[in-house]
Amino acid sequence: MAVEQENGDPGKIRPAVEEDISEEMEIKVKKYLRGEGANLEVLQDKKLKGKLAAREKLYGKSAVAAAKAEKWLMPTEGGYLEPEGIEKTWRIKQESIAREVDISSTRNQYDIILPELGPYSLDYTSSGRYMALGGRKGHLAIIDVKSMGVTREMQVRETVRDIVFLHNELFFAAAQKKYTYIYSREGIELHCLKEHGPVLKLQFLKNHFLLASMNKFGQLRYQDVTTGEMIGCYRTGQGRCDVMRVNSFNGVVATGHSGGTVNMWKPTTGAPLVKMLCHQGPVTSLAFHPNGHLMATAGMDKKIKLWDLRKFEVLQQLPGHAKTMNFSQKGLLAASTGSFVQILGDLNGSNKYSRYMNHSMAKGYQIQEVVFRPYEDVLGIGHSMGWSSILVPGAGEPNFDSWVANPFETTKQRREKEIRSLLDKLPPESVMLDPSKIGTVRPTKKRNKPTKLEREAELEAAVAAAKSMPLKNKTKGKNKPSKKLKKKYEAVDRAKKPFLEKQMEEENPTKKKRKTESVADELPKALQRFTRKKPAT
Amino acid sequence: MKVKVISRSTDEFTRERSNDLQRVFHNFDPNLRTQEKAVEYVRALNAAKLEKVFARPFIGAMDGHIDAVTCMAKNPNNLKGLFSGSADGDIRLWDLANRRTVCHFPGHQGAVKGVTVSTDGRILVSCGSDSSVKLWSIPTDTVMDTEDSSSDTPKPLADYVRTNPNFRAVDHQWDGDLFATAGAQVDIWDHNRSQPVNSFEWGVDTVISVRFNPGEPNILATSASDRSIVVYDLRMSSPARKLIMQTRTNSIAWNPREPMNFTAANEDCNCYSYDARKLTEAKCVHKDHVSAVMDIDYSPTGREFVTGSYDRTVRIFEYNAGHSREIYHTKRMQRVFCVKFSGDATYVISGSDDTNLRLWKANASEQLGVLLPRERKQHDYREAVKNRYKHLPEVKRIVRHRHLPKPIYKASALRRTMQEAEKRKEDRRRAHSAPGSMPKESVRKRRIIKEIE
Repeated sequence: MAVEQENGDPGKIRPAVEEDISEEMEIKVKKYLRGEGANLEVLQDKKLKGKLAAREKLYGKSAVAAAKAEKWLMPTEGGYLEPEGIEKTWRIKQESIAREVDISSTRNQYDIILPELGPYSLDYTSSGRYMALGGRKGHLAIIDVKSMGVTREMQVRETVRDIVFLHNELFFAAAQKKYTYIYSREGIELHCLKEHGPVLKLQFLKNHFLLASMNKFGQLRYQDVTTGEMIGCYRTGQGRCDVMRVNSFNGVVATGHSGGTVNMWKPTTGAPLVKMLCHQGPVTSLAFHPNGHLMATAGMDKKIKLWDLRKFEVLQQLPGHAKTMNFSQKGLLAASTGSFVQILGDLNGSNKYSRYMNHSMAKGYQIQEVVFRPYEDVLGIGHSMGWSSILVPGAGEPNFDSWVANPFETTKQRREKEIRSLLDKLPPESVMLDPSKIGTVRPTKKRNKPTKLEREAELEAAVAAAKSMPLKNKTKGKNKPSKKLKKKYEAVDRAKKPFLEKQMEEENPTKKKRKTESVADELPKALQRFTRKKPAT
Repeated sequence: MKVKVISRSTDEFTRERSNDLQRVFHNFDPNLRTQEKAVEYVRALNAAKLEKVFARPFIGAMDGHIDAVTCMAKNPNNLKGLFSGSADGDIRLWDLANRRTVCHFPGHQGAVKGVTVSTDGRILVSCGSDSSVKLWSIPTDTVMDTEDSSSDTPKPLADYVRTNPNFRAVDHQWDGDLFATAGAQVDIWDHNRSQPVNSFEWGVDTVISVRFNPGEPNILATSASDRSIVVYDLRMSSPARKLIMQTRTNSIAWNPREPMNFTAANEDCNCYSYDARKLTEAKCVHKDHVSAVMDIDYSPTGREFVTGSYDRTVRIFEYNAGHSREIYHTKRMQRVFCVKFSGDATYVISGSDDTNLRLWKANASEQLGVLLPRERKQHDYREAVKNRYKHLPEVKRIVRHRHLPKPIYKASALRRTMQEAEKRKEDRRRAHSAPGSMPKESVRKRRIIKEIE
C-alpha cells in the first residue's frame, strides 16, 4: 500500500540517500508509463523507428514529470493506522481512533437512527461530497456530507430497493416498487422508467452515461440517460438476481447469480462476455478493485474469494459470509454480514488480503450496504436502523484532481464539468474487458502446428470416444457379439483415418504438388498460364 | 497506536476572496481516470469532426485585373504587399490585409510574364511579352497605408528593351543586385546596367521559368520548353548540370529550409522533388493533380508547398508526402496560373484565368486572429489527440474526406484506371520478355530521360 511506502518503518529513521529516492521514483515512473514501450529493435522502417523513438522519449519525460509532481506537489498525505508493540490494528475501536484524530475528522463518525424506515441503501457522488440514501420504506434523502446538511429529503410511500446518483449530484435514480424513477436534487420526479420493470439493483456507468438495472425477472437493461434511448435489454436466464456491480475500470457490469456464477456483460451484446463459476451456492455480493484487475466475490458457501481478472484465477480464498462488499480507492476491502463489518487490507503489498479493522454495530442492526466514501477515510454503512459512518484510516485517495472529481466544486465548475463530460461521453461499444486495446492493432494469428505429443493425444481421445460410443441393439441375427466387435473396430478405424492421412501427408511431402509443378516449372513464366489444368471433378 | 486520517480544511482548498482564481489540484494517477484511451479516442473523433466543421479556407477574392493573372511576387520586406501582373500589361500592388489595390504600375504593352522584388523590398522588376524589362521603385509603407493613391502613377526607374522578344519569367537574387530573366536565353542583369551582365544558353528552346536559390545566391535553376531543368552557377561561365524529363516543367521552387532541394511542377500532373546535387532520381513524387501543374511555391517553413494547376484547383503538399494534404477549389475559379505562400506561412494566394486573385488559409480550419493561451492549448490538444488516433479508420475517414468537383473526381478516377491499365500491360510485357530484359523502374526514376553534366 502506498501509505506504508511513504511512511516506512516508524522505528528507524531513513537517511535521505539519493539511491533511495531514485528507487522510489522508479516505482512511481513505472506507474505513469502505463505499461511497456514499443519494441523498436525489431522495426525495419527507419523513419517509423525514429518517430516512435521520439514519441517514447516524450512518454518517458511526461512520466517522470508526473512522478515528480506526485512526490513533491501533492498537498495531502494519506491516512494510516499503525499499531505499537503488541497492539493489533483490528482490535482498535472507533472510540480510540476518535480520541487520536482531529475534531473535524471525528465529525465523520456518527450513527443516524431512523428505525422505522430502514434498511438503507446508499451511494456517494464520485467526488464524495454528497450522499444519497434510500430507505426501504420510501425515505429518500440527499445529504451534503461535508457540511452535514440535508439537501433534500422526501417520502415516496413506496418500497425503495436501490438508489444511485447519476453523473452529478443534481440527479439520482431510485428503484421503487413498480418502476424506477429519476429525481432531481430538489426532489422533483423527472422521469418514470417504466420499461425497466420492478428493479432490484441499479448501477450507473459514469463515462458512458448509462443506467444499468437488474429487475425481478433477471433482465439486465441499459438506458442512455442523455437521450433516453434503451441501449440493450438482455435476459440473464438465471433467475432473480440482486447482485450487480459495475467495474469502473472498463465499464463491464458483473452480475452474481444464485447458481454460483458471475456473468460479465457489455451493453451491446446479448451473451455475457465472461461466465465464471465462483461459488458452490448463490453469490451474495461482489466488488471490484479500482484498478480493475481484482474482483472479490462472496457466496453462501461461506467463502470470500479474490479473483485476478486478467487470468480469471482465484488469488486468495477467505472464510466468511459477506452480504455486501466494497473496495476503497486505496484497495481496502470492506465486507459485512449481519451487524459486523470487517475491513481487509493488502497490508504488505503482497496481494494477500488480511484483516485490517473490525467494526460491530449494535446487536440486531442488519447491515444492508457498505460504501467507502471517495477521497476520504470514511466508510458509510446503511443498515436496518438508519445509517452510520466510521473512520477507516488509509482507505481513501488523499489527493483529488480538480478535473476528475472535486469535493470543493463550485456551481460554475460543476456546470462546466457536466458539459465536458457530455462531450467526452463514450459510445456503449467502448465497454470491453481490456480498455487499453483501443487504438491498437490486433496481432496476426499464427497458426501453430500441433506437436507430436498433442497429435497423439488427440488421436487417442478420438479413438477412446469411438470405442465408448454405445451400440444400438439391433434385431435378432444382427446383434451378434462378433458383428458388434466388427462394428466397433470399424468405428475406431474411421476415427483414426483423418489423423493417419494427415500424418502420411506430412511424411511424404506433397507428392501431388510436385507433379503439377514439374510441368509448369519447365515452361517460361509467360507460358505457365497455358498449362493444362485438371478438369474440376 | 499511530493514526492519521485524511482531513482537509475548506480554507486550504478554496479561494479566499471572490476575485481570486479558483484553485486547481492535480493527481495524475491513472486509476482516477478510467478508460482514458476510450475517452481520448472520442476526443480525437470530436476533434476531427470539429476540424471539418471549421474548415472554411476561402477568405476572399481580390478582383481588379481585366485579364488573366499571369504572375505574382511577394515583397520580402512587407507581409501585406503582393504584386500581380496580368495578361493585359497591368501590374498591381495589393494590400492583403484589406484585399485592395494600393497602386498600379502601367507601362507594359503586352502581357506581363514575370514580376519579382529585390530582397530589400525597394525595387520591383517586371518583364513581359513586349520584350521589355522594367524596374520600378516600390512606394514605401507610408504610401501604402494612406488611401488609394492610384492618382500618382509611378514611372519606371528603368526600361530595357531587348531585341529577342518574349520574356517568360524573372527572378531576383537573394541578397544581391542581380536578377535573371528567362526567354530565348537566360540573362543575368544588374540593377545599374542597361545590358545583361551575362547570358546563358543551352539548347535552342525557350526558357520558361527561373528561380534563384535562397541559400546560395549564385545558383539558379531554370526550366525550358525542351523538357529540361538546368542548374546554373553564376561563378562559372557555363551551366552546371541539366536534367531532361519526359514532359515539360512549368515552374520550379527551392525549399527555403533545405536549399539543396527543389521541387519541379511538371506538365504530367505531378511535382517532382529533386536534390540539386543528385539529379538521377527524384526524392519524392507528389501526385494528385489531374492536369498540368502551372506554378509552385514553398512555404517559408519549408515543410509544405502549394501548387496551382490547370485543373482549376490549388493543392497543398507536405514536402515529403506523395499525396496532397489539402485541395482548394471554388466554382468560379478558372485555370490557376500562379500561386504564392504568404510570408508568414498562414495564407495562400492564387491567381487564375478569371482575373481574380484569391486568398486562402493555409490550414483550412485554423482560427485566425489572436488566440488566448487557453484557446491555443485547446487547439494543441485537439491536434495532438487527432494525430495520435489518425490511423483508426473512423478518424482517418473524417480527416481525409474532401469534397471534389465532379470533373476532378471523374478525371482522377480515369487517370487511375489508365495508370492501372498501363501497369498491367507492362507487367504482362515483362512476363513475356526474357527475364531481366525489362527491369522494374521506380516511379521516381521513370520520368527522367537523362542527366547531362
